[in-house]
Amino acid sequence: MKRNNSMLFVLLIVSLCLILAVNVVGAPKKYVIGFSQIGAESGWRTAETESVKSTAAERGIELKFADAQQKQENQIKALRSFIAQKVDGILLAPVVESGWEEVLQEAKDAKIPVVLLDRGINVKDDSLYVCKITSDFIWEGKAAGEWLAKKMKSKANIAELQGTPGASAAIERKKGFEQAIAKFKGMKIVKSQTGNFTRAEGKQVMEAFLKADKTINAVYAHNDDMALGAIQAIEEAGKKPGKDIIIISIDGVKAAFEAMVAGKLNCTVECNPLLGPIGFDTLIGAINGKTYPKWVVQKDGVFSMETAAKVLPTRKY
Amino acid sequence: MSINKTNHTINNHGFVTLIWPLMGLAAILLFNLFFTPNFFHIEIKDSHLYGSLIDILNRAAPVILISIGMTLVIATAGIDISVGSVIAISGAIAASLIAKTGAPLLVVVTVPLLISMILGAWNGFLVSAIGVQPIIASLILMVAGRGIAQLITDGQIVTFENKAFEYIGNGFLFGIPFTITIIALVFGVTQTLTRKTALGLFIESVGCNPTASRFSGISVRSIKQVVYIFSGFCAGVAGLIAAANIKGADSNNAGDGLELDAILAVVIGGNSLDGGKFSLTGSLIGALIIQSLTTTILTRGVPVEVTRVVKALVVVAVFLAQSETFRNSIRAKFRRRTP
Repeated sequence: MKRNNSMLFVLLIVSLCLILAVNVVGAPKKYVIGFSQIGAESGWRTAETESVKSTAAERGIELKFADAQQKQENQIKALRSFIAQKVDGILLAPVVESGWEEVLQEAKDAKIPVVLLDRGINVKDDSLYVCKITSDFIWEGKAAGEWLAKKMKSKANIAELQGTPGASAAIERKKGFEQAIAKFKGMKIVKSQTGNFTRAEGKQVMEAFLKADKTINAVYAHNDDMALGAIQAIEEAGKKPGKDIIIISIDGVKAAFEAMVAGKLNCTVECNPLLGPIGFDTLIGAINGKTYPKWVVQKDGVFSMETAAKVLPTRKY
Repeated sequence: MSINKTNHTINNHGFVTLIWPLMGLAAILLFNLFFTPNFFHIEIKDSHLYGSLIDILNRAAPVILISIGMTLVIATAGIDISVGSVIAISGAIAASLIAKTGAPLLVVVTVPLLISMILGAWNGFLVSAIGVQPIIASLILMVAGRGIAQLITDGQIVTFENKAFEYIGNGFLFGIPFTITIIALVFGVTQTLTRKTALGLFIESVGCNPTASRFSGISVRSIKQVVYIFSGFCAGVAGLIAAANIKGADSNNAGDGLELDAILAVVIGGNSLDGGKFSLTGSLIGALIIQSLTTTILTRGVPVEVTRVVKALVVVAVFLAQSETFRNSIRAKFRRRTP
């Protein structure tokens, strides 16, 4: 508690200084922004929350944060309270796609712009929100496919570990990857099963794959956790992950970078949760009357084993 | 009613009831023998056994363990749907102890198991002392438990490196996975305690008729309390295995939905959800059927979209084969056709 208090005190001083500085420069306004987050169910989401909070602190924005604990009703309540408090703008990471019309109409009537973070929604009238800022899952899959084709010299027997059936991340990452490797005759997906985005299932599925098909020499996992499970299965089968079998996955979490430094994972395509800066840029632009395309794509990067050691210390999630 | 039920189960018990689940298991294995190349191939790799059959036994370990506990709970006409969450809690505690404190192995193993037993005791207390319906009592812990596990790990996957602890999930004793040794131990002890002592009879009588049991001097309350504690213990062990296996505790996913697999295993094994007579061997076979099916699906590469349908169809087939009514009606049809 004590440390918390002193941290708060430092924050207070810093923000006071910022306000002073801003006043001296003559900037007109201190923005008040509401952020309705889904919850804290994964490291990825915690990183996103941290990014929004720290960006707000850096820029001297007053942030009203609400954690919905995976419930849409909590998000709707939070949005209504933001509207009642007359915030300047709202960031929303929607937990589900449907059922947002009413509350977004209320925000629109109050002339409060809403920017969606990391997920989209289904509404008939798309003027209800400014835009969504998300990663492009199809691009991620494509980037993975292209990297693998280059690394394997256009010839590989690939085992694919899919995400949870029905999840947009799983569907689109599969689609993008297939599009990329369709150009190469030698790139074949020989086995494909779901590992439900988890480490334990990634391991179990890979274990079975290795017994069923001895020709597998590459793995494409829809997220890092499944790849980390697969790495264990490959080691237990007496093969060297990263050498005998080339492995690429998506997300770019810290554990994946550690595995790359250890030489066990070859590449990860990042799905960046640090949406704070671009989120505030867009929202404040919208408050000042700018318009944006309905989908602002967060730019992601591809990181391979060779660069991992250099990048690892800078990873925040 | 209950007299009828008892008679019915007594007549049917023993090898005769086990024959149908056994045939289900045999059918799955036979299918693989003919249609899945290398399925029965077992080789020695790094001085331990390596092959699909070994995988089945190894992977079935968590479900077998919790279905042993579940069998006894169900025999008392109860149910424990909190086991999945207890698995997550047990793994989370073990992983946190290793990663944050570097505690010795004995502590890392006993603390999670003790806490799992306390959680089981909580279920037992709600059911036996307060009289909450078992499914509601364990539902409370099922929901809250996963939250507790996430609190322990801060919602992150806690990973660790600890050779001694990893042995629980990945080690080999005399060339076979150590998990199989654990199952053999827990199964053997439970079977002996329930079959060579009066404990098994007490459990069955509590499930058949608690009032009559109480009048004949059995402490219904303590019997129920004991089976829930035991179920918690089994889930705790399964949690240690799950965490050791992936060298990490994944509170969001560990044991998720496993309570349903365990209940399914118990029912496939020919046990009635109404309680009474039980067969641990039946549940063991049930768990093996579920895992053989999963391994078969993974090895053969059934498309993701139809995986669950395939599983459901096989389970339905096993149930139909078990049902006396269904078998009789089939027989009757054949008789009618050939007068």
